[in-house]
Parts: sequence; structure tokens; C-alpha cells
Amino acid sequence: MRRTRAVSLAGIASAAALILSSCGGGGSSDVVGAAAENAGARTTTLNLYAYAVPKPGFDKVIPAFQQTSAGKGVQFQQSYGASGDQSRKVAAGAPADFVNFSVEPDITRLVEAGLVDKNWNANKYKGIPFGSVVTMVVRKGNPKGIHDWDDLLKPGVEVVTPNPFSSGSAKWNLLAPYAAKSDGGKDPKAGLAFIDKLVTGHVKVQPKSGREATETFLQGTGDVLLSYENEALFAERKGDPVEHVTPPTTFKIENPTAVLKGSKNLEKAKAFNDFLFTPQAQELWAEAGFRPVDPTVANEFAAQFPQPEKLWTIADLGGWKTVDSTLFKKETGAIAVIYDKATT
Amino acid sequence: MTATVIARRDDTAQVPSLPAPSKSSRHLSARPLGVGLVGLWLSVILLLPLAALTVTSFDDGWSGFWEAVTAPVALASLWVTVLVAVIVALLNAVMGTLIAWVLVRDDFRGKGVVNALIDLPFALPTIVASIVLLSLYGPSSPVRVHLNATRPGLVVALAFVTLPFVVRSVQPVLIEADREVEEAAASLGASSWSTFRRVVLPTLAPAVVSGTGLAFARAIGEYGSVVLIGGNIPRKTEVASQYIQQQIEMDRPTNAAAVSVALLTIAFLTLLALRVFASRSQRREEGEA
Amino acid sequence: MKTSTTARIGLRTVALGYLLLLLAVPIVLILWRTFSPGVGAFVASVRTPAAISALNLSLLIVAIVVPLNVGFGICTALALVRGRFRGRGLVQAVVDLPFAVSPIVVGVSLILLWGAGGWFGGVENLGVKVIFGLPGMVIATLFVTLPFVVREVEPVLHEIGIDQEQAAATLGASTWQTFWRITLPSIRWGLTYGVVLTIARGLGEFGAVIMVSSGFPGVSQTLTLLVHSRYIDDHNAYGSYAAATLLMGLAVVTLLLMTLLDRKRSTP
Repeated sequence: MRRTRAVSLAGIASAAALILSSCGGGGSSDVVGAAAENAGARTTTLNLYAYAVPKPGFDKVIPAFQQTSAGKGVQFQQSYGASGDQSRKVAAGAPADFVNFSVEPDITRLVEAGLVDKNWNANKYKGIPFGSVVTMVVRKGNPKGIHDWDDLLKPGVEVVTPNPFSSGSAKWNLLAPYAAKSDGGKDPKAGLAFIDKLVTGHVKVQPKSGREATETFLQGTGDVLLSYENEALFAERKGDPVEHVTPPTTFKIENPTAVLKGSKNLEKAKAFNDFLFTPQAQELWAEAGFRPVDPTVANEFAAQFPQPEKLWTIADLGGWKTVDSTLFKKETGAIAVIYDKATT
Repeated sequence: MTATVIARRDDTAQVPSLPAPSKSSRHLSARPLGVGLVGLWLSVILLLPLAALTVTSFDDGWSGFWEAVTAPVALASLWVTVLVAVIVALLNAVMGTLIAWVLVRDDFRGKGVVNALIDLPFALPTIVASIVLLSLYGPSSPVRVHLNATRPGLVVALAFVTLPFVVRSVQPVLIEADREVEEAAASLGASSWSTFRRVVLPTLAPAVVSGTGLAFARAIGEYGSVVLIGGNIPRKTEVASQYIQQQIEMDRPTNAAAVSVALLTIAFLTLLALRVFASRSQRREEGEA
Repeated sequence: MKTSTTARIGLRTVALGYLLLLLAVPIVLILWRTFSPGVGAFVASVRTPAAISALNLSLLIVAIVVPLNVGFGICTALALVRGRFRGRGLVQAVVDLPFAVSPIVVGVSLILLWGAGGWFGGVENLGVKVIFGLPGMVIATLFVTLPFVVREVEPVLHEIGIDQEQAAATLGASTWQTFWRITLPSIRWGLTYGVVLTIARGLGEFGAVIMVSSGFPGVSQTLTLLVHSRYIDDHNAYGSYAAATLLMGLAVVTLLLMTLLDRKRSTP
């Protein structure tokens, strides 16, 4: 009887200790050693919704912003996920102040929903503070000898790329070989033929976002991961046993940002958005592995970001509106149909 | 859930009706307001969501429903789910009975601790189970066993979470089992094995079936424990719950609802079969008694 | 029946070996991986602002769910045992429903009912965010924890019968007094056991909550969501193990309470 009483007291005591310790302050930072956010102080909180992979960049840029006079006292709630999913969440009412998506159509969706001003991309960088290129991530030592798009079609090569219906990364990943094979869209048939062979014969899994694709690849699935160069750098810097090979002809990735016009903290959100284009922030993006858009900063970091022989852009293919409706629209887009057929 | 609850659940199904309350007594009977409140609560929390699910699944009519469920990848996910669940259920039937036997009939130091640990999968969050198994059998496995993204990996994860069902179902029956018949059989010269097969097993059978059925029903719906170790490879290791989640994220709620209803139907049929089997075996027992 | 010694040892080895490979070794490995960099690293990892918020949120949800389940659970049990209404069998089956429903299906159903395009989607216009808000997570947890209190209280109510309550009534006690002084004390162990199961299940819920939560670190991430997000989104395996160990600690405390209470309620 005494023993059970002792054990039950121990159980209750530990439960109580747990509850008491939890009554400390919380916050959104998951960095070890970060101080709890002082909920009492007058702070603004900006809700940031982004696509899956830019967290390494924001982890650098946000503290820098908080040091500026415009950013003093601004806290951030950050949500990362597949670009399409995040965009749909915001369109469905998730409370966002600032968004950063992988592809422009995910912002256009919000413009059409009346949540983002239609002049969101009127600045000199067209609303795009950073970008990347499509690259191929392989196991360390490149055992399967992958160097170019055709190598992906070698028998037995399994390619990991996310699901284009939820992920922005997936769209870039499929546009790169499409542009390469169709000579910038001039020969769509050749481009689509390649995509068909690739998706039908070599893509076996459908991770829902760029980050999940990386995770799947790192856990041992597949031989090649198509991804952003910044994500490849992120994995390599973390010490994962991978390396990346950028094919000579690839695609320029441009990731837009925008503020929600109904935001309660519109001024601060705009200030943050503007901050991303300043040289200081551009350098931080470059340090995190993202290609900056400021030409001076880009020059500084030229060694880190080798220029491919041929870099196709979305403008070469006619802009996102055309590309999205002809290639990616559900049920009718050419690539969408191929992907659906191969994976349903 | 301990076995006592499972045993009692079957008990209450056989409850003889209470004597009619005298009109003058004011004991705690179920007043209409109370019943109504309970009904409202159960409806809002349980029934209405499932109703919305079922109705949405038929948004495209019967043909839409059928198409959604028989889409090759959807069908494959249901197949993988049922296949792996059946394997796990059978594994549990054997190992669960064995473990229950050892816990009841054997004695060794630390038996109490082992007995308490059986309930751990009930108390442990499923995502923790996933992480725990992934660390041992995943890509960073210290023993070079890589089960992630394979069907055996799914089996291991599901075996973990369904461990207690058969054990806790069989234990009370074993405890209450009448040893006299076994001893009689032994004194008549029967070997241990045939005594087990002919005397003990039939007594345990209803409990084993009940526990196995519950394990199966739990396994087909499982998500948290397979989400990290399964690898989510369509047609190979993608289970129905993962397929459903993907459909919701791809903005196809009707498809998701249809496959959900299919999954629910399998679960309900299993539990219905269990109930029928339980009442039939109870009737047989009462007939023999 | 007398099993030979070899058979007995053999069975014991197989049983313990199975449990070792399935339960013990994985758990010991996680504990080792969590604590080998030192207890300090573990404590730091579970004291990040996001982790503390996650713990607070998990406990908050449980703090809301438990009283609701206790209240409605006792009412339901009373209705089932003492009630004289048609459809008792149906109510029994309905209470058992959550055991048959996959957590993902729970999430999908709630989205279809309370989500923006759902049957009750209009609630959003009143300013109450159910899906992607705390109410959604609470309702999801209520769904999966509903049966426990009912199932634990029901058999006790059935066993104790109505004699004492009738006696109290004839002595002039009001319904409320009878409930408070007679019924409640007699079901207390079953009730506590049900509450412990509810807490365990509530803290551990993952599949349903991940569908209805907006997943904001520091705001709408429960401990289970934190474990998942640290592993998948942050690539932070150690942080994931640490949060998982914290949850395991809570599970062990629950297990202890379960074992203790089990003994209490089987010995009247």
C-alpha cells in the first residue's frame, strides 16, 4: 500500500512539475536558446506564409530586419509548406500578412481572390527578391553518372520530383527539361515527349512539396532528386551525403513575394517586403544559398553560383499565365495530363 | 484499453433488463432532457461530420464514387492497407496469444514490468512510435537494418501499435480458464501440444478473434505510426490514410471522401463480423453451460 | 497443463525476444540518442519557445477536452445504463464509432463539415475559425477521445445498481444530491481511469489534428505536430527525438497511473 501511494505521488508530482514548467512563455522560434517572446510588450506580429524551402533564408533575413528601425519589435509567425497548398490556404482565409511562394500563379490566385493588390509586382525587380536554378541532386560520388537531362532516362534511374498539383518546385523541375528539349518552347512536341518518358517511366513517388521530396530522397528513395539549387546547398551544408549537378541547359527559378492588402499590419509587412530587396538582405539571401537579384550582390557571389550555359526563363515560354494554362491546368494542361495518367 | 474493458463490453451486451422503476422513486433515470442533450452532443461531435463525409463522397453520384474508389492508385492503396493489416493481425494473433500465455502461466523476475509495458503502445502517441521505429530501422539505423519505405517497415510499425489488443483480450480468459480440464487431459495421457490445441485454444478462440479483429480495424486506419517510416510510395507502401490526405491536399475532397467511406466500410464490416461472432460464441457457451 | 521446462523457457524467450525487438530496443535507442549529447541538450531542445508553446497548446486542448468528456460521458453512460429509450443499441454503436474511424478520416470529415465550403462553413463569417483554429483541434480531439469515459463508467454503473440511489431518494435526497453524494463516489475509479485514457489519447492525437491545424509554430502546433515538423520541415532529427522523448515521458506517467488505477478499480 505504501509503495503504490509513493508511486502515485511520484506520478502526480511529475505531472505537476511538467504543467508548472510549461507556464513559461512561448513563441514561434524553434532555435535552441532563443528567449521567449515577451507577450506583454507592444509588438507587431507578421504572419508569413511561404513555400516549402526558404526557411534557411528567412532565418537569416528576419533577425536582420528586426535590427532595423522599421523592423524593431516585429515578431514573425512563419508557416512553410508546398507552394500550391499554402496559396490555397491563404485564399481560403488563413490569416497572412506576407506571402512568399515558389511560382507566380500562387500569388495570382490571391490577386484574383482580392487579397493581394494587382500592382504587387510593379517594382523594378517585378516582385521577385531572389531565385535559384533547377539542379539535379545525386548521391555522393554520383554513382549513376548523372550529368544531363538524357541521363535521367537511363534504364533503372528513379527520379524524385514533387507533385505539380501541390508543389511549386515540381513545376520548375518539369519546366527545365521541357524548355531544354523543346528549345525554349519552339518544339512543344519534343518537350512533352521527354516529359512523358520521364514521368511515366522514372517517377515513382509523389512527395507533396520540395522539402518533402528532399526528405524522401535523403531517406534512400530514388537516384536523382530534381530540386532548387538552394535546397541542394542546404542539404550539402547540413552534411548529408549528396552532391548536385547542374545540367548545362536549365531553368531560372524566380520566387515572388507579396503583401496582403487586408493585413492589419500593412505598413510593417510592406517594410519587410521592401527590406528583402536591400543590398544587406540580398547578401543574406546569397549566403543562405539563394541567387540574389541585385546585380552588385550577384557579382560578389558569382563564384558560389556558377552560370549555366543556357538558362531558360519563364518569359521565354510566354509568361506564367500561358505556361500555367497550357501546361499545368488541372485536367487540360499538357503536363498535368501526362502526370495524372502516369500516377493515377 | 485493458482486457477488462473489452470483456465488459461483451458483458453489457447481455445485460438483463433492469426491474421497472417504481413511479415514486426519483433515482437517476434518464430524463428526456438528458437523453436529448446526449443525442445532440453525439450528433454534433460524431455523426454530423461523418454524415457530411458520406454525402460529399456521393457529390458526383454513384459513378463518381465508384471511379474515385477504383482509380488504380486508390485501389492500390486500399490493397496495401488491407494486405499489411491482415499480416499484422495474424502476427498479433500468434504472438499476442503467446505473450499472454507467458504472462499468465509463466513466472519470472520483472514480469510485472513487462506486463505494464504491454500497454505502452496504447499510451504512446503514434508519431512517437513512428520516430522511435524509424531511428532503429530507418536510414540511420545503428544495426544497418533499413526498413523505411518498405512493406516490412509498415508491418513493424503496425505491429507496434496493435501489440496490446490480442494480449489484453486473451489474458483475462486465460486467467479465468478452468485448469481442471487441462489436468484431466494430461492425466489421460494427452501431450502438452494436443492439450493446448484441443482444450485451451477453443476456450481462447473468441478472445483471440476479438483481439485480432480490433487490431485489424486499428491497423487499416493507422496514419501517425506509418507516416515517417512508410515512405509513402504509391502502389507499394502508400496506405489508404495517406492517399486520402494527399487527395485533400490536391484539392479533391470528393475523392478523399469516397475513399474514406470505403475505408470506413471495411472497418465497420470487420467490427460487425466481430459482434456477430461474439454473440454467436456466447450463445454457444450458454448452450453448453 | 504442465509445459515441459524447455517448452516454457522456449516460449518465454520467443515472447521476450519479440517484445525486445519491437518495443524495448527502439525506445532505448531513442532515449540514448536523446540523452547522449547530455541532459542539457535535451532540456534546451524542449525549452525553445516553439516547444513550450507546443506543450502549452497540447495541455490546453486536454484541459478543455477532459471536462467536456467527463460531463457528457457520465450523462451518456447514465443514459445507456439507466435509460429506457429506444435505440440504446444504436447509441452504444455510435459511442464505439471513434475506434473504427481513421484519424485522417476524422480530419477530412471535420473539414467537410466545418471548413470554408462545408455544411457549417457559415460559422467562419461569424468570426469563429473552426478549421485552422483552436476549436477545430478541440473538436478533433473530442471525436477521438469520446468513448473512453463512457466505456469506463458504464460497467461500473451497471455493477453498482440503483439500490443505493433509490435508498437516498426515499430518504429525501434531491437528484443532484444523489448524484453528487452517491453515484459519483462509486464511479470515481472508473471515471479516473477513463480520464487518464482520455488525456493519453488527447496528448497523442496526430492524424486528425494535422489536417485541421494551420501548423504555425508557436501558435497552432501541438507537441505531436512539433515532433513531425522538426523531423520533416526543419531536418532537425535530434529536436524530433527530444520532443518525442518528452511525449514518451508523459506516456510513461500515464502508464503508471493506468496500472495503479487498474488495481484500484478491480479491488473494490
